Amino acid sequence: MPPDLTGLVIAARAGDRSAFDELVEATYADMYTLAYRLTGDEEDARDVLQDAYLRAYRGLPRFRGDAQFTTWMYRITANCSATHVGKRARAQHDQLDEDTAIADVRPAHDPELRAAAAFDREWVARAVEQLPPRLRAVIVLRDIYDLPHEAIAAELGISEAAAKVRLHRARRRLRERLFPLRADQTDNDDSDAHAV
Amino acid sequence: MPSDPAERHRWALRRVTCEAVAELLPGVVDGGEQADRRIQRHIETCLRCQAELAQYRKLLRVLHHLRTDVLEPAPGVLAGILANLEQAGEQGAMRSLLSGRRAAYLGGVAVATAAAGAAGAIVLVSRGRRRIKLAG
Repeated sequence: MPPDLTGLVIAARAGDRSAFDELVEATYADMYTLAYRLTGDEEDARDVLQDAYLRAYRGLPRFRGDAQFTTWMYRITANCSATHVGKRARAQHDQLDEDTAIADVRPAHDPELRAAAAFDREWVARAVEQLPPRLRAVIVLRDIYDLPHEAIAAELGISEAAAKVRLHRARRRLRERLFPLRADQTDNDDSDAHAV
Repeated sequence: MPSDPAERHRWALRRVTCEAVAELLPGVVDGGEQADRRIQRHIETCLRCQAELAQYRKLLRVLHHLRTDVLEPAPGVLAGILANLEQAGEQGAMRSLLSGRRAAYLGGVAVATAAAGAAGAIVLVSRGRRRIKLAG
């Protein structure tokens, strides 16, 4: 459960700079985690955090307080991350297509190891990291940080419908990576066998 | 396979097969999309689709748990943020100081101009009066 930051938010909004510093200190590790998950790079996450907290500091008078400070910060961090990833992709001219193949993150061929790690958090986190940025962003914001579709669409600058389509693809891609042996891949019969 | 959820659902309903149902499962797993009764009935009676749905549920559960994992930021990240804020604060203060001085300067100029104008007007009025007197 996040700490109650209400007092610090009120003080910071009243112009207490040290209160804002305390807010930063209380939340920056969480925001760093989100920024890292969205950008996939430590240096990028560091840059995103500097932008995000500066934007928050300047926008603090507009923060209405009807949402938690951390939720507000998640949205700002997501927005800054999306901007950062977009700029980087444009600069490098190598934006990954959604159909780009991703690395196989399954543990090596040891069946025991594989069974033990079958649903390890680290394994899933690595699989998420390997997703193309556009798919990664929606699954991180929706399925890890529980942001509503509307907020995700707003912060990523896409339509709500597009956010849902990307989420659908991302979940499917992850499932295929993490559970590669689907029943229908081992069966010889065709899929119509189960038609109602 | 259509990307629009409603269209996808209609497409799946036309051919209720494992392949078609599999296309719906990523949206159905958390209730984001509603599965039609026929689709639900297929899932209830199909072990393959049940297994796939269970995989999605497991995936979502682990993803949700990742929320509590917090990465340790590299040393210097916090200091960097605070220094950036400090610098922005100083620049802001400098800007407001300069804009304050500019406002004071412009205010002074305006007051001086107004004063000069008023003095000129008094002179003119008094000259006018004098003129009136002279004319009279």
